[in-house]
Order: sequence, then structure tokens, then C-alpha cells
Amino acid sequence: MQPAYSVIFLTTATGAGYGMLALLGVLRATGNLPDDRAFGLFALGLALALISAGLLASMAHLGRPERAWRALSQWRSSWLSREGVLAIIGYGPAVVFAFGWLVLQKNEGLWPLAGLATAVLSIATVYATSMIYRSLAAIPRWDQPLVAPVYMILALATGAIWLNAVLVPFVAGHALIQAICFATLALAWVLKIGYWRAIDSTVGTSTTASATGLEGLGPVPPQVRPLDPPHVQDNYLLKEMGFTIARKHAHKLRRLTHLLAFIVPLVLIVIQAATSGPVSVLAAALAAISVSFGVVLERWLFFAEAQHKVMLYYGADRV
Amino acid sequence: MTSLPTTPSPKRLGLVIDLDTCVGCHACAVSCKEWNTGGNYAPLTDLNPYGKDVDGVWLNRVHGFEVETADDNTGAYGTNGGRTVYFPRSCLHCEDAPCVTVCPTGASFKRVEDGIVLVNEDKCIGCKLCSWACPYGAREFDTDGGVMKKCTLCIDRIYNENLEEVDRQPACVNACPSKARHFGDFNDPTSKVSQLTADRGGVELMPEMGLKPTNRYLPPRPSAQVGDGADLVDAPVGANSAGGPDGPDTGFLGWIDRVLSR
Repeated sequence: MQPAYSVIFLTTATGAGYGMLALLGVLRATGNLPDDRAFGLFALGLALALISAGLLASMAHLGRPERAWRALSQWRSSWLSREGVLAIIGYGPAVVFAFGWLVLQKNEGLWPLAGLATAVLSIATVYATSMIYRSLAAIPRWDQPLVAPVYMILALATGAIWLNAVLVPFVAGHALIQAICFATLALAWVLKIGYWRAIDSTVGTSTTASATGLEGLGPVPPQVRPLDPPHVQDNYLLKEMGFTIARKHAHKLRRLTHLLAFIVPLVLIVIQAATSGPVSVLAAALAAISVSFGVVLERWLFFAEAQHKVMLYYGADRV
Repeated sequence: MTSLPTTPSPKRLGLVIDLDTCVGCHACAVSCKEWNTGGNYAPLTDLNPYGKDVDGVWLNRVHGFEVETADDNTGAYGTNGGRTVYFPRSCLHCEDAPCVTVCPTGASFKRVEDGIVLVNEDKCIGCKLCSWACPYGAREFDTDGGVMKKCTLCIDRIYNENLEEVDRQPACVNACPSKARHFGDFNDPTSKVSQLTADRGGVELMPEMGLKPTNRYLPPRPSAQVGDGADLVDAPVGANSAGGPDGPDTGFLGWIDRVLSR
């Protein structure tokens, strides 16, 4: 699949934003965050800015963005529609949560519920995003059980690391958040390695013979090879679904993803936890920057390594 | 509504495409383009049509494949030789169409009355998700109009009372010079498409996907082995030939003799 930059930015930014928002909601509801208005403004502002920027970027990907409101109507069947509906509903409790924190400075009675509701809707939105890909059987490398867990845990991990970066200047050494950063990122790493193993070992179920209805010719399925192409220039299908990445490049980029998304941030979180003062602040900020570039790369590969079954008509022999 | 119809369609309109007789002339693709660039779903955009990098929307594409069957006894390749199969590819109007259910706006829908899958271009936001969902590559994006295009089964022909009755079928079917394309109702067991499917063992594409496509493809008939001349000879060589028992039975003259004797 052709990596769509607006979609890569969308999922990376909203992932980090929703992860951060979910953690803010849960941690404040359970009394694990400082009441500090400046911190709250900064953290909530960053989370909501990441989410809003991501959602706006997704509109850039549309052919007719002025009709985007129509995408809210088909939540019964479409994960894309569900994502849009959940994203918009999510602003409701988030605004109430922010009002209770930043304006009223309250965290008792019903106010924590707004934080918990924000967290639930945030994770649900990331789940809906992941299911857009997971539900496409025409792209077997997306139709994988680990796709949704990787999206959700990576959202929590990037959100935790950004939250940590914002928190360190206010509270030096928040052990719970450091532990969450480390645990979620380590879990995301394990799941991502599992995903890569799964797609590397999965054998496609469709062949050019089954795609052309010629499977039944002969005692075993015949070999079917493209001879006359239907067109001499790339069409929409080849431009959108025909992107292929050389295996050696994919391996190089996977190694870089291991480094930027997982190894470097994990090491930096440990350094941040072990130090104090400017070194700690710098380590936390660098971890956030590294994990963000790493996840952009991870998303780029998610597209670049995905093969679409339509390529069976254009030279792929098994997808 | 992008939920699929919950009740079975009374009619199930679709195409039968005969891979035995298709000669790969692209007449179906061209006539499809010609009709649909002027019909209800016009235009089928062409970008840079006379330039170096031509691009444009087509709802029907004709691929040519080289097909090599395995040996009947050994199951090995390399003994049967190859054959060319032309393969026209267009929307199959699936019963479980994933392009319909992924649509967030309701633009993509399947008609209850005849099972035709259509795009309402006034509702389409151009998110392209339907084209990602289709394993058959039936949908092409119109970058000019910002909306998705697909085969309509020429819905503006098949129900068009301004056309002669004989013309009320898809443009591709009308255009086919080798009668490799047939249009009809698969729910009617007496229709030509149902009977051709039954008689010739019509198959669906990528049955492993379980999308229940409506269109059926008729596989090529078994071909004569290279060099055995079986497709040219009805009677034993020599018998009844114009040249009599002493006539030529080999080489070019023998071939003419056999053809004339059929």
C-alpha cells in the first residue's frame, strides 16, 4: 500500500494524543497527578492539540473534505464512521474534565467520572482507528489479530512518554508514570515483534489462479503469469495499492524502528528516572521525540509492507 | 445505507464472462468508457489524455495472462505448453460486498431490488476506503471529481426505456464481438447466465474470500495438445480426404486437405 502521509500523521498524532488524554483522565481521577493548573493546561492542551491536528490532517486525505460531516452517519457498519463519531463524542467528557481541573480545581464527587469517561472514549477511538485496517480482508497484513493491540498499546506508550516529558519540569521523578512508560513501551515492542513475525510467516490464501478463476484448470492449479498488461501507464490501483518495498529496505527500516521507537526511548526513560534536574528534563523530552519519529516510521512500514490482493492481477503470485 | 440488504434480492443481476471465447480486443473496456463518460455517472475522468503520463478512470480492464497447466498424470509443469487467456476485470457486484460496509457516508450501497452495487457521488467524500476493501480492484478514484467510480452494470441502459429493448444491456455486453459477455438474472434458473454457469461450470473469483460475487467466469475449454492437430481433424487422416487415399496427408497441403475435408 502507498504510505499516505496524512494518514500516518493522523494515526501517530491522535495515537499519542489519545494515549496521553486517557492517562491524564485515569491518573487524575485516581489522584495520581498534581493539581497544578499550569501543568494541567499544558498537558491537556498538548493532548487535545495532537488529537485535533491529527483529525484535521485526516480531512486532507479526502477527495471532498467539505462533505466530511457525512462520515458520521454509518456507524452501524463502518469503522471509519465509528472512529469519527467516537472522536467527536470524546470531546464532550474531555471538556468537562478540563473544566473541572483547570477552572474549578475539583477532583471529587462526579468530576473523576469525567476523567474516566474521557479515558474510555480515548481508547475506544484508537481501537476504532485500528479496526479500519484490521477489517480489510483484501490486505492480509492488516487483517491480523495483533493490529488492534499494537495500535492501542503504542498509543498508551507514546502518550505516557509525552506525558512524562510534560510532567518532569513540574514534578521531578513521578515513579508511577515512569513505570507506565516503561511497561507500555516494552509491551508494545513485544507485540510489534509478534506482528512482524506473524506477517513474515503468513502465507497468502489467494493466488493469481484463484483471482482469475483458473484454479480448476488441470489436476493441480495452473501457473498464471501476466502477459499483456491492460494499460501501459500506472493507473489508480497501481499508484494506491501497487507500492512495494524491497525486503532489504524493509529490514533496515525495521531495525531503525526498533531503535527509535523502542530501544532509545526505553534507555532514555531509565536515564530520566535515574537523574534529576536538566539532564532528566532533557532525557524525557528526547524520549518523546525519539518515540514519535519511531512510530511515524512504524506506521510508514505498516503501509509499505502491506500487500493488496488486487496486485494478483498485476504480477504478485500469492497474497 | 451502507449496511448490506437484510433480505435477499428478488433479482441478482450480473455478468457471465467466457474466458474461452474472449479474444482480448478491449472492445468491452472501450465501450464501457465511451458509455460511462457520457452517461449518468459522467465523466470518467481522463488526466493528461494525450501526454506522456496518461491516467484516467476505467471501470473495466482487460488483462492478458499466460496459463500453464500441469500434466494430468505427473502433476508437473513444463509439458503442456502455455496458453493465453484474456481476462476482463470489472465489479462483480458481491453479495457480501466489503466496499459497501466500510463506507462511512452511505455513498456506497447495494440495491435491494437487483443487487447492483453503486456509488452515490453526491454523498461520496473520497476517502478511498472502499477501493482498499475490494480485493478485485473494481473501484477507481476520480482525482478530478474527488469521488470514487465503479461499474454500474450500466444501470442507465438496462432500465432505459428510451433505448431499443435489444440495447437494454450493459455496454460491454453489447460491444463484445466474440459474444464472451452475457448479462442476466442469476436468480432466474432459466436465464442465459444461469444456464451458462451450470453448463460450463462457471466459477467465482477468489472464492476463498467468501464475498459471494455475483458475476461468474467460464473457464477455458481444454485445449488441444500442441502439435496433435486434434482441433482440426474430425475424421482419421486420409479417410474421406479430397485427395483420396493417395492424397497428401502431411505438411501444408495435408493441412489444407484436412481443413477442406471437414
